Amino acid sequence: MTVHCDIVSAEESIFSGLVEMVIAAGSQGDLGVAPGHAPLLTDLQPGPVRVIKQGGEEEVYYVSGGYLEVQPNVVTILADTATRAHDIDEAAAEEARRAAVHAITNQGGEFDYASAAAQLAAAAAQLRAIQQLRKKLGQ
Amino acid sequence: MAGAKEIRTKIGSVKSTQKITSAMEMVAASKMRRAQERMSVGKPYAKRIRAVVSHIANAAPEYKHQYLEERPAKRVGFIVVSTDRGLCGGLNINLFKATIQAMKQWSDQGVDVDICAVGGKAGGFFSSFGANIVAAVRDLGEDVKAQDLIGSIKVMLEHFETGQIDRLFLVGNEFVNTMTQVPVVEQLLPLQATEEEKKAHPWDYIYEPDAKELLDGLLARYVESQVYQAVVENGACEQAARMVAMKNATENAGQLIDDLQLVYNKARQAAITQELSEIVGGAAAV
Repeated sequence: MTVHCDIVSAEESIFSGLVEMVIAAGSQGDLGVAPGHAPLLTDLQPGPVRVIKQGGEEEVYYVSGGYLEVQPNVVTILADTATRAHDIDEAAAEEARRAAVHAITNQGGEFDYASAAAQLAAAAAQLRAIQQLRKKLGQ
Repeated sequence: MAGAKEIRTKIGSVKSTQKITSAMEMVAASKMRRAQERMSVGKPYAKRIRAVVSHIANAAPEYKHQYLEERPAKRVGFIVVSTDRGLCGGLNINLFKATIQAMKQWSDQGVDVDICAVGGKAGGFFSSFGANIVAAVRDLGEDVKAQDLIGSIKVMLEHFETGQIDRLFLVGNEFVNTMTQVPVVEQLLPLQATEEEKKAHPWDYIYEPDAKELLDGLLARYVESQVYQAVVENGACEQAARMVAMKNATENAGQLIDDLQLVYNKARQAAITQELSEIVGGAAAV
């Protein structure tokens, strides 16, 4: 049982093909979409999107938000920006996370809490994507 | 030899014009390649989001978003995507002609028109045309960012939400190929359900978390992406049109130089003949 899945961002088409399941980080929690799922529309949080391709092979992409639509014959992910999880520099993500935590704990006078929290969420989500990828690769 | 010198200066000036046009042609050709690339990378997203939105328009939703509601038109909005710079043939003029035609159809029905001018040329043209410009953005450069457009799109969306306009159209050039660009007028809001996709029995999505919030975000994103794609496509059209226009200008300059050269040679020959006959005449008289 497979369903067609498209992952696109404004910059490029990231994935297109038949999949057995799509697992994404919805705003209400992670959700898995298998073939035959009811029509669904949800927004995505920054985080990994796991795609189990036909034959069981798995791929992980990182999206920094967007929308997920399920139709009877197609699953579409409209990502804000999506990079291959391989491409994310783990050190950079860790650094960004530390900087964000640092910024939250050391609040200055004109501190922008919201943007720091968003930075933290994005960095944590990137780390999650990398960790999932690691687990999959068995490193 | 009085005329000859003037002709020589004229040839010189046409030659330097030709140098400029041929340089512009080459610059436009290389920019076009990049602009076309930008256009093609954005296409999948624009296509997908359009598909998703047409699904939404075809669904029978529990919550009817106002972008889906057909209202009687009292006032309509046009987003006109033009270039910032000229010297690109008839590209902008054809676009404005198409826009004015569409505007006229509405004004004949007694409907007023608001304009959102993207690009310097549209701003200049429609302000001298006397149209009601409610938003304008210019000097976008070649590498257009979606952020630069969001402001003016938001103005139009707010006008739609508050009921100041009841339709929103997007006018831009479609890139057919290097030689052909076609102006296209497209309705953005309210969203139109495609006839062939209409389902026999009503269905609706499961919304997570909430239909209103989701559709607000998604539909605004849809309009933004369509306008952004139109701007990027118009960028490719601009470079292609400029390349062709400058190619023609270079060829015409070459033709002009040839003609002038012929006139110059004739004048020179006439002067020589005259001088000779004067000398011969003078010698005979002695």
